[in-house]
Amino acid sequence: MNSVVKNSPAGLKGHIQIHDLAKRYRDKDGNPVNVIENCSVDFPPGMLNVVMGQSGCGKSTLAYLLAGYMKPDQGYIELDGRRIGNPGSDRIMVFQETALWPWMTVTENVIFGPLVRNEISRAEAKIKAEELLERFGLIDFKDKYPNQLSGGMKRRAEIAQALINSPDVMILDEPFRGLDVMTRELLQEYYLQLFEETRLTTLFITSELEEALFLADRIYVMEEAPNNIREVIEIDLPRPRTIEVTTTRRYLELKQKMMEFLYAGIDEPI
Amino acid sequence: MSGNPDSTPLVRLPSRLRGIRWRGAVSVIAFFALWHFAVIVEFSGFAELPTPIQTLTAFFADYIANPDYWSSWVVSFERVFYGFIIAQILGIPLGLLFGTSPKFRDLFFPVFELLRPIPPLAWVPISILFWPTNESSIVFITFVGAFFVIVINIYDGVGSIKNEHIWLARSLGASRMSIFRRIMLPSVIPSIAVGMTLGIAITWNVVIAAEMIASDSGLGRMTWEGYVSSTPEVVLIGMISIGLAGYLSSLIVDWVERRMMPWTETG
Repeated sequence: MNSVVKNSPAGLKGHIQIHDLAKRYRDKDGNPVNVIENCSVDFPPGMLNVVMGQSGCGKSTLAYLLAGYMKPDQGYIELDGRRIGNPGSDRIMVFQETALWPWMTVTENVIFGPLVRNEISRAEAKIKAEELLERFGLIDFKDKYPNQLSGGMKRRAEIAQALINSPDVMILDEPFRGLDVMTRELLQEYYLQLFEETRLTTLFITSELEEALFLADRIYVMEEAPNNIREVIEIDLPRPRTIEVTTTRRYLELKQKMMEFLYAGIDEPI
Repeated sequence: MSGNPDSTPLVRLPSRLRGIRWRGAVSVIAFFALWHFAVIVEFSGFAELPTPIQTLTAFFADYIANPDYWSSWVVSFERVFYGFIIAQILGIPLGLLFGTSPKFRDLFFPVFELLRPIPPLAWVPISILFWPTNESSIVFITFVGAFFVIVINIYDGVGSIKNEHIWLARSLGASRMSIFRRIMLPSVIPSIAVGMTLGIAITWNVVIAAEMIASDSGLGRMTWEGYVSSTPEVVLIGMISIGLAGYLSSLIVDWVERRMMPWTETG
């Protein structure tokens, strides 16, 4: 069996279609700046879609538009055929810097979603949360406050906080930035394992090539002027993946190919 | 120190006291020794002053069992307490309104900014004219001292709430009301605490000056009367009492702040 997800198997949720999207800001002199221009792209469900680009290319804005925190100036986004509007628990974001609420314990952070939507009782939510925290190796820290956790633990708690809501899409905006290399690698493997078990549609944003290659089914290269997705590269590395995949010949080939794309527009060495 | 790291000490020293050990003791002793020496050698200005021992003797002879002295404490504490509490009760909602409602802010912030630079003591004459009793005018001046700094701190606090904290709650399906109660309010608690710390210090400053100008009771008045009646012991006892009272209030405020923010305790 081909272990690479090429086409979306039936029944998978989280198909994101972006139609002719544009978003402008005004800079401090009041001039409009295009953050995203005429962007149309299709993120298939059940895939780990990695959007890659340098800072300032509009990656985060794309994530904010998908999450519903901002409204586009032009175009629209569909999730499983429905136009997205306000933020909702069908697509949950893990932010660059921790967004855990520091005044709530880990458990309180995790059960916030289901409780605030009045879906289940507090007791049920706690049971669910503890299952997740057990799985994420955080059960001993369930009554700690976020400031008492390490950077890697905070990220795991955030992923648990998102997963308890059974979202159709996970949006991760450079979630492992600022962590040390070891923690980062562990968390990447963690997320891979989770993804390979659940096939939870993921939009993963990063500026690091190695991270992109290791995780992705597809890499979408986003570039500046015009701020748009320029290339889509299939990453046909076998799943389940472990860090050993980074030593294979195919990985190195793909890396070489990616480098050519990334440096295509650059004439002078930096 | 206790040998068992898990045992909670009965009294936790506030952060500003931790680390002060023998160095602190040495400096306090040196301070009193210098004072004593300066009086004995009649160093410029010190000739009229009592030594620390004379001051202490006067304190034990005439003050420690004197109900008038202790009622000065009570009176000043009451003024600080009411001024401080009223400033919190009115200041916290006002700061939140400024921070959350642009319309309200556009309408009332200019007036607030117009009044804010007026020093609390400049309010003394008008508040004596305005308020029916002397007591209420002093409480009012104390209130003014803390009010503006509290409002400004909370207003800033609302402005510095992280977008992500609100966004995440929206994604998870929280209503506007639950975002306000569960995200915005806790977010500004640290700002409320800063307002409290600054506010308590200012209220003591203000109440003492106000008592000297416009009251016949309280620690400030007692100190002033010591000057008027040429009894420098009374002036010094008054000053030390005011220092202690202010310090005690800060301890209480520190304690309350820690209870308000259990998540900032480390370990």
